[in-house]
Amino acid sequence: MDDLSSLITGFQIALSWQNIGFMAIGVILGIVVGVLPGLGGPNGVAILLPLTFGMDPTSAIILLSSIYWGALFGGAITSILFNIPGEAWSVATTFDGYPMAVQGKAAEALTAAFTASFIGALSGVILITFVAPLVAQFALRFGPAEFFAVFLLTFCSFIGMGRENRAKILASLCIGFLLAAVGLDSISGDLRMTFGSTELMRGFDFLIVVIGLFGVSEILLTVEEGLVFKGKQARIDLMVVLRTWAGLPRYWATLIRSSLVGMWMGVTPGGAIAASFMGYGLAKRFSKRGKNFGKGEIEGVLAPETAAHAAGTSALLPMLALGIPGSATAAVLLGGLLVWGLQPGPMLFVEQKDFVWGLIASMYLGNLAGLIIVLATVPLFAAIMRVPFSFVAPVILIVCAIGAYTISNSIFDIWLMLIFGIVGYVFKKLDYPLAPLVLALVLGDRAEDAFRQALLGSGGSLHVFIANGLVTTLVILAMILLLWGPVSDLIVTARGRHAGKAAEAAE
Amino acid sequence: MSGSAETEAPERGISRRPVEIATAAILIGLGLIVLWDSYGRGAGWDNGPQNGFFPARVGWLFLAASLFILFQSFRSEDKIFVTYAQLGQVARVLGPLIVFVALIQPLGLYVASAVFILIFMGVIATSRWWSIALTALLVPLACFWIFELQFRVPLPKGPLEAMLGY
Repeated sequence: MDDLSSLITGFQIALSWQNIGFMAIGVILGIVVGVLPGLGGPNGVAILLPLTFGMDPTSAIILLSSIYWGALFGGAITSILFNIPGEAWSVATTFDGYPMAVQGKAAEALTAAFTASFIGALSGVILITFVAPLVAQFALRFGPAEFFAVFLLTFCSFIGMGRENRAKILASLCIGFLLAAVGLDSISGDLRMTFGSTELMRGFDFLIVVIGLFGVSEILLTVEEGLVFKGKQARIDLMVVLRTWAGLPRYWATLIRSSLVGMWMGVTPGGAIAASFMGYGLAKRFSKRGKNFGKGEIEGVLAPETAAHAAGTSALLPMLALGIPGSATAAVLLGGLLVWGLQPGPMLFVEQKDFVWGLIASMYLGNLAGLIIVLATVPLFAAIMRVPFSFVAPVILIVCAIGAYTISNSIFDIWLMLIFGIVGYVFKKLDYPLAPLVLALVLGDRAEDAFRQALLGSGGSLHVFIANGLVTTLVILAMILLLWGPVSDLIVTARGRHAGKAAEAAE
Repeated sequence: MSGSAETEAPERGISRRPVEIATAAILIGLGLIVLWDSYGRGAGWDNGPQNGFFPARVGWLFLAASLFILFQSFRSEDKIFVTYAQLGQVARVLGPLIVFVALIQPLGLYVASAVFILIFMGVIATSRWWSIALTALLVPLACFWIFELQFRVPLPKGPLEAMLGY
């Protein structure tokens, strides 16, 4: 098989000493990022991205994607030991993980969480290995209209499937698009929305926005609570690991179910957060011991972790095959591709075979390395949480400022970061989702290019979006996804009202 | 300032509705600016879509969404957006942070970081003075070693670094 031999070549690339070193560094940095409040996957990658500008793209993406894996692992540590989710996708892990730690079973909970993460990630990588090349090959037939339809599909599914207020998701998406439009227009060469400011001519770099929205604002939210960490101790020894592993096959149904949920939610941009809650909810419903969920059931740790990681990994599939990221972190990685001079999208599989398969091979290895490193170093990372916050917070903020500055050596960017930090704080408190904003900001220019080229081709007629079977199907799918949420909401409320009336009648 | 707020009743704070309304109003304002700018440059068709074509259409969507949010905010139940005690905590981080960013231009990033750590840890006041001083000294030095010497990324430098010959 052609793909399999490509994968083997990929392993040869990923297995160089240098790349293994980057993998280990990435995973360790990622765990730190995942453990510390205020630093997460998206902005951890965003801060380090400028440091990789000079690196070989394959090594750079291995380093950055390993940070992503590490962050996915690290979120579980604080959830279980401190009852503080280090990342939003590990909120569901606290439900059963922390009770287990309270009962003195922290080591089992951690082992279960890490192993589940690994299984979830592995299922995501396998999906990528076999499906991404097919999708990419299929997408080679896409013209601008089809690409715009895929973008539309992404954005519509965000609005339709989102848990937040839909008007706010739409507003957030629009802000992203409009921020992307500021500065030099790539087609006409004119300046847009700069209002005479030279600083705005460069436009808004999405890395600055990410560092502000996810980094600075997160610190502001964290200090609101005045931060005193009180955690449980954990030391993992080999016996506990083996004993926990021996018990895992019993939960095969949960693991498979969560993997499937995660893969689906990752490819469609539902995201790891929604996936972890769905995985937990489904496990609770179908498990024989569903009643015990929330009191320290190991299955309640396995389900959300598997789903979150399957989703987090699968989110890279559309990014690689179509150039459309499935999550905020994937969006940042995609921005990295552009910086390194690689054009994301289906051509990547044709033109940059070494890069793509090196990355895919590194996903297998990175997750394996992550599992081993995280099992071995839990006490160390738990100790990070004991460092006083009055020390951690300024260091994180200084690192954020350095990250913002290094992108284009501009102090103005640090001010922008600060402003977006405050915006992010207010938005988070008002339940405006931030991921759509980042996604639209990264994709904005390309979505606009596709839209304009499609219209140019058709002479301005919108019929180009229903011109052939492929594009029509995509647009119709997008509309279904867009309307799915509102319609199902209506059905639920209508049923609720009906049930209410029935209850009244019964009285 | 922030210190006195903590002793008051914990439930007092800024309520959510005015913040929600103000945010929606700002978004509507931004939407109008976008439309004004886009139509000013031309958002129509001139042998192809003009450069304001796409932003203008997004702008209309944005305006509609913001107006809907404004409408919703009048009907939503009013909760506390942030209590004064929390606001005090946030101010204790945000204040030093703004000072830090303002100092980067004149003093350079390293000295500004030291000042930032001194102010921040001083304001929080949970650490002993020598640990604050040590942190303020070591963190910028570590940053200098990592970024300037290892990665060779030049960060903004001020008079102190110039004096030392960098």
